[in-house]
Amino acid sequence: MNHAEKAERFIADKQRTAWHDETLWFIRSKRDTAAQKLPEWEQLRNWASDIKAHTLSRLDVYLEEFERNAIANGIIVHWAKDGEEHNQIIEKILKDNQCKRLVKSKSMLTEECHLNAHLKTVGIEVIDTDLGERIVQLRDEPPSHIVLPAIHLKKKDVSDVFTEKLGATPGNEDPEYLTRLARKSLREEFLQSEVAITGVNFAIAETGGIVICTNEGNADMGVNNARVHIACMGIEKLLPKKEHLGVFIRLLTRSATGQPITIYTSHYRKPKPGKEMHLVIVDNGRTRQLASDDFRSSLKCIRCAACFNTCPVYRRSGGHSYDAVVAGPIGSILSPNYDPKKHADLPFASTLCGSCSNVCPVKIDIHDQLWKWRQTLTQQGYTPASKTLMMRVMAFMLGHRGAYAIAGKIGRWTLRQFPQLIRNRWNPWYRQREMPDAPKESFQEWFKKHQKI
Amino acid sequence: MMVTTCSFGKFGLVKKILQVKIALFIPCYIDQFYPDVAKATYFLLKKLGLSVDVPSGQTCCGQPMANSGYNHLSASCNKHFTGIFQGYDFIVSPSASCVLHIREHLSSDNYPDQAESIRKQTFELTEFMTDILKVDQLNARFPHRVGIHQGCHGLRGLHLAGMSETMLPPFSKPEQLLHLVSGIEICYPERIDECCGFGGSFCVFEEAVSVSMGESRISEHEKNQVEFITSNDMSCLMHLEGILKRKKSPVRVKHIAEILNQE
Ligand code: SF4
Repeated sequence: MNHAEKAERFIADKQRTAWHDETLWFIRSKRDTAAQKLPEWEQLRNWASDIKAHTLSRLDVYLEEFERNAIANGIIVHWAKDGEEHNQIIEKILKDNQCKRLVKSKSMLTEECHLNAHLKTVGIEVIDTDLGERIVQLRDEPPSHIVLPAIHLKKKDVSDVFTEKLGATPGNEDPEYLTRLARKSLREEFLQSEVAITGVNFAIAETGGIVICTNEGNADMGVNNARVHIACMGIEKLLPKKEHLGVFIRLLTRSATGQPITIYTSHYRKPKPGKEMHLVIVDNGRTRQLASDDFRSSLKCIRCAACFNTCPVYRRSGGHSYDAVVAGPIGSILSPNYDPKKHADLPFASTLCGSCSNVCPVKIDIHDQLWKWRQTLTQQGYTPASKTLMMRVMAFMLGHRGAYAIAGKIGRWTLRQFPQLIRNRWNPWYRQREMPDAPKESFQEWFKKHQKI
Repeated sequence: MMVTTCSFGKFGLVKKILQVKIALFIPCYIDQFYPDVAKATYFLLKKLGLSVDVPSGQTCCGQPMANSGYNHLSASCNKHFTGIFQGYDFIVSPSASCVLHIREHLSSDNYPDQAESIRKQTFELTEFMTDILKVDQLNARFPHRVGIHQGCHGLRGLHLAGMSETMLPPFSKPEQLLHLVSGIEICYPERIDECCGFGGSFCVFEEAVSVSMGESRISEHEKNQVEFITSNDMSCLMHLEGILKRKKSPVRVKHIAEILNQE
């Protein structure tokens, strides 16, 4: 099923769609209010974009600087060329530590590498500790949003799964009750876990340290209780200097939820005495993206999800309709790089309205890249043959004045004389919309007769 | 056609005297389905004292192919377009998205230099009126309550107005012109610049989302009790009109040229 079909299913539940749309729009509005309070907002976006562009232009240098400093701090650094290698590195660390069950805070990278599924096959269980992620994990489904993983669910859905998996009282949909229950069960996991996996929001080349931003403090709870901390990061998470961090911290949460800052912004630079800290630095297709002039800047993304919240298509089709680890506009330009065949539909799941590029705190030209992916995927043969045929006919007709005039005349005549040929249920325009009226005369025909006016 | 003199800002206020050649580009779907919009644009420009050419045999800017991922198929369209529209000082069109496409993507192996200059010389109607003609008076009357739909390509592509996402000072070229129309009452929907869901071939390939987006726009305009929805993109209006008619809404659509030309 492609995006359009999945979206149609989602939309079939009109009430839920309206609620999903309004909830995310509310977050977009909160972002607007937060941004309005900073007169320097657009300047911050420019700086963020420039810092990221500069870092990407010298990524090799900064990665090596980062590694040197991290090692000097006592961190054990691993490099993984793809998801599989990433998973094997982590599996080995876990086996070396005889770990069978561990806690993990939010990391889209581990989702991208399908870490949980891999570890399950070797008998290791991962407990996601971000509340939203825990909910979708209990439901055995992927997150539908990178910041709000369970945004597609309502209170009742959460109550149902907590009843089934955590022993909640059936029918109790009180958010406070449900949160307390989750908190209690997660506390036990934190206390028992010997290993904690986290993602990385920013890595600082100059210091060899990393920064993790959460609202729930779950990363800190995991890391501070566990003996071993494994942090996983894509190669694009780097910033050259500590002083650059302020720009991004100010933008990240304002863009994401409209908060001035995440509740917890935690800096980790070295393991505590007697503890271990590992860093797994992953490529997994990023260098391919880095080599592309058209798509390089997608690596500037700081995963704030502002582009999701503003996207009118995302809000009405839900994250799962994208069938990708990262959904929404940014997912639609990242995913085809991993699997062009599977994700060929995503760059087309957009009206190219451009709102995503306007909210993006690092000024990624998302909608232009969607356009470029359309061209790339088409030329690589990933679009349906029927569409190609249709486009060829259209290109011929619109490229030749005679063919255009005749086709226009015939088209309008048919619409007037035999409307049923066009007004039928096989015409997706007509399913929920009337056709425009077909005038007897086109403008050009009229103009020929009335030139002298 | 060479225009000898033209008065900018009619009614005795002759601001500039220029010798310019102006061509009107009427996009294919307006030519075929909305000739009245084309006529209104033509007469509006004449009302402003301009003499306008309508080069014969014009077809399309190539956008339908390009936005569907088939830009490589638009070569013959581009060649045709460039051949027809070269040699003008200004090319004016009542369709923001077509103008954006021309500005961003028009190229031609046959006439590369001409294509390059056409990209710079093509203007959307309202920006032509505000930025080039600097129209500040208009003999127009439209005593109705009108909702403005800001088409995305005109808004975020051509920057015809301030955008809700960016924190920059507000302005609006279309609204500035509508304020010159007597009797008009202007209002905006709650989500001031959300996309209507047309999106070219998106409207058929993603039909469900497209219609759902259109319905949202319409319901906000209906809440404002507008009689008309206007825009400088007829493609958005065609989509909204389709939904309005299906639900038998009393709200109608009108291209901005029709309002500015109404006396
Ligand atoms: S592309 Fe921009 S707006 Fe979207 S998640 Fe990334 S940083 Fe945020």
